[in-house]
Amino acid sequence: MSITIKYFGAIAEATGVTEEKVALEEVGNSIEELRSYCLTKYGDVGDLSFQVAVNQSLTTSGSLKDGDEVAFLPPFAGG
Amino acid sequence: MKNKEPKKVFMAGPIPPEKIAKSIANHQSKTNIGAHSIFLGQVRADEIDGKKVNAIEYSAYEEMAEKAFHEIRESAFSQFDMTCCHIYHSLGTVKAGELCLFVFTSSAHRKVAIEACNYLVEEIKAKVPVFGKELFEDESHQWKVNQ
Repeated sequence: MSITIKYFGAIAEATGVTEEKVALEEVGNSIEELRSYCLTKYGDVGDLSFQVAVNQSLTTSGSLKDGDEVAFLPPFAGG
Repeated sequence: MKNKEPKKVFMAGPIPPEKIAKSIANHQSKTNIGAHSIFLGQVRADEIDGKKVNAIEYSAYEEMAEKAFHEIRESAFSQFDMTCCHIYHSLGTVKAGELCLFVFTSSAHRKVAIEACNYLVEEIKAKVPVFGKELFEDESHQWKVNQ
């Protein structure tokens, strides 16, 4: 039971990694728990603004399940 | 043009100006078109704290971004009576003065083409997970945020 976490842009710069696979029991079962897991693990992320996407859809809360892909996305800057 | 497979939007490096001319040429056989509208995003050499931006290095959450581009395009087709719609966005390094976004809409009449083009550009800026690293001349950088 694990999830994949992806980090982009300024967030990836703060974490030093772009992707990691983490056991669900380690992060908890919800987006809220995942956020606090990441903020504890990577303190610098707390200073940055970001949105979370689960399986490529933006979301602010909800539960996580085995195989989910969660992305931490800094402000968009396209165009 | 509706319900086609998602088109590839991203291209490596700057969008060559020749691509714009070629896109226009490609539509000359479609004589039901009466108006094209084009938006071109160009990298600006902003000066921040006395340092000049040399280039922007674009990256993206590509799978989500391609999906978002597709949804935006479908939504534009459902609202505007367009004949065609094309979107291209750069990934990787684009120097100041070079093009990073090309949105091209065509319709029978000008108002639809112009409004659809505006809609697409605003949606792209707000909803597509693309990230821009502004590279300064002294090799330092900062992360761009859309206004």
